[in-house]
Amino acid sequence: MKTGAKILVEGLQREGVETIFGYPGGVVLPIYDELYDSSLRHILVRHEQAAAHAADGFARASGRVGVCLATSGPGACNLVTGIATAYMDSVPIVAITGQVPTSLLGNDAFQESDITGITLPITKHNYLVKRTEDLGRVLQEAFYIAGTGRKGPVLVDIPKDVSMRSIEYDYAASEPVTLRGYQPTLRGHAKQIDKALEMIIEAEQPVIYAGGGIIASDASEELVRLAETLVIPVTTTLMGLGAIPCDHPLNLGMLGMHGTRSANYAVTESDLLIAIGARFDDRVTGKLDSFASHARIIHIDIDPAEIGKNKKVDVPIVGDVRSVLQDMLAKLQKKKSYDRWLTRIRGWKEKHPLQYVSDNCLRPQYVVEELSALLKGEGIIVSEVGQNQMWTAQYFCFRKPRTWITSGGLGTMGYGFPAAIGAHFACPDQTVFDIAGDGSFQMNIQELSTVASNNIPVKVAILNNRFLGMVRQWQELFHNRRYSFTELPPVDFVKVANAYGVDGIKVESCEEVVPALKAAIETDGPFVLDFRVEREENVFPMVPAGAAINEMIGGKQE
Amino acid sequence: MKPHTLSVLVENKAGVLSRVTGLFSRRGYNIESLAVGICEEPGMSRITIVCIGDDAGIEQVMKQLNKLIDVIKVSDLTDNERVERELALIKVTAEPGTSRAEVMQLATIFRAQIIDVAAKTIILSITGDTEKIDAFEKLLRQYGVKELVRTGRIAMLRGSKMLKGVK
Repeated sequence: MKTGAKILVEGLQREGVETIFGYPGGVVLPIYDELYDSSLRHILVRHEQAAAHAADGFARASGRVGVCLATSGPGACNLVTGIATAYMDSVPIVAITGQVPTSLLGNDAFQESDITGITLPITKHNYLVKRTEDLGRVLQEAFYIAGTGRKGPVLVDIPKDVSMRSIEYDYAASEPVTLRGYQPTLRGHAKQIDKALEMIIEAEQPVIYAGGGIIASDASEELVRLAETLVIPVTTTLMGLGAIPCDHPLNLGMLGMHGTRSANYAVTESDLLIAIGARFDDRVTGKLDSFASHARIIHIDIDPAEIGKNKKVDVPIVGDVRSVLQDMLAKLQKKKSYDRWLTRIRGWKEKHPLQYVSDNCLRPQYVVEELSALLKGEGIIVSEVGQNQMWTAQYFCFRKPRTWITSGGLGTMGYGFPAAIGAHFACPDQTVFDIAGDGSFQMNIQELSTVASNNIPVKVAILNNRFLGMVRQWQELFHNRRYSFTELPPVDFVKVANAYGVDGIKVESCEEVVPALKAAIETDGPFVLDFRVEREENVFPMVPAGAAINEMIGGKQE
Repeated sequence: MKPHTLSVLVENKAGVLSRVTGLFSRRGYNIESLAVGICEEPGMSRITIVCIGDDAGIEQVMKQLNKLIDVIKVSDLTDNERVERELALIKVTAEPGTSRAEVMQLATIFRAQIIDVAAKTIILSITGDTEKIDAFEKLLRQYGVKELVRTGRIAMLRGSKMLKGVK
């Protein structure tokens, strides 16, 4: 006989889970009692939101399903932002929540919340398990759904009596998952692939627009091979950074609102846009009618609903990006020279590099560049959201997939620090940096306690400008510098870190940057760097809201 | 923009209806009519939804519906030969000696059934397409419609074509 709690914990281990992130509470007592003797590692966070983000960071860094655990009511509700973050970026996590006993369901019982109802629009699927007999199967389905097709979060809500009851249960007897309503298309349609290849030969000015789907399906190698074989330039989305090395000659950098001029010009002028694992998000397209308006479009994506959602597509290919790219590579016969186009692009790249004022002021871009130089493309970089995120995307040189972890779709401030904790458990040998703003860091600053008590060697580099910088930038540019509620009081983050038992250094000049970064990297445990950067630095270039992406402000003009 | 009749085959499980309808409201589409019931396959239900939208919008809704794990198949019947039916129950004032005979005569013309008779009212049951029921209800209004209950629309392809199958 096994309790539901035991079926759960053993089931997690059978799914290959080694680490979970959680926070105990009343109705998960039976599960926590089971964890007490289990070899499953449980990391106690200080707020459930951090558990969800840590599971998400783990999943993005490892490519495996991340797991978080919380109690009912407030515990479950605190996971919501983390689940929504994972949903928007198609990250596979399984969130397990306790629920009040089945006899009290719907009764407004203490710490009851309808978490399956609440998370309906932000999960790929969710379950309320009403019988212990269903728990094993539901868990298998949850991992299967989270980790296949277009990946995403799945929530499993377990009432207390379901985890307490004992039943006969045999894992070996459980059948493989079959869901008649869920059969993702993995192989691309052969004829569509042929059509795409023809279109590539017909094109004169093609551009590959690569998104997070490349990372999710581990297709970076195939992407680079395709680009190199055809000699087609590549621009990546925020989520696609690392899919092609930053310094690859065919890489145009990021496109969109804070993309490079060369990427945005190339897409605007292109006559063929090859979208791979990308979803034509508004931060990428700007004014939709002007986006790649001269181009025919090939769109490769695992989710049929993304095709044609925002932009009419000429050749849709539904399938796993890696599989489709492999098929394309196998079929490639003809080649064509796009030399004139490549020369134009090289011209843009030379004329419009990313740049910032280089002087004695401590500028945030400089901090990111120096960190990039020190780590030499190694390590895992996590960011918060806002200016810190955009500067990192622009100035850190990502060379490998899964080394850049950021909340792209939902834009969740407070994501970075707990996600960095998760990334550490996925890749314990890697240096993990959270590049933060002073605003974002304070949204999950309590996790300093988690890293201190577990000696988790996550480094936090705060680009401290005492502003909610990105909002301030918009106020400066579009609201006459009326800084409505965006100025933050000074915080001594080193003192805060010390209070939690974490070391830190305050940095106020350019000369101190490299030694401070080195000190952080060389420290075995967690470390906090408080960079007092130029306060009103802006992220440029920038496409104003509603403008076409070639109408950029800031940076070097044509 | 025109009304589309969507037939959605789903797992007969708790919460499926809210997953389906929640998707419509979340993505900004209005449901004009909704009917749910079990179907020929054990363990499945069929939801018939009438929704107004342009072709691109409806295509997007159908793709999003298909992504729901508990949705097995989604079909748009709009451009196919089909039969559609709704049912309405109408409680109408029909006092003996005054309007009762006229109401009963209208019922005969519309092939409605009288399913309850009381001292001052009768209840009529009518099936048909939307237009027929609308017309009947409009005619009855002069006698005093006390209460009207209508089902959502259900639809089926004509001939031997079927809606079955998995996505």
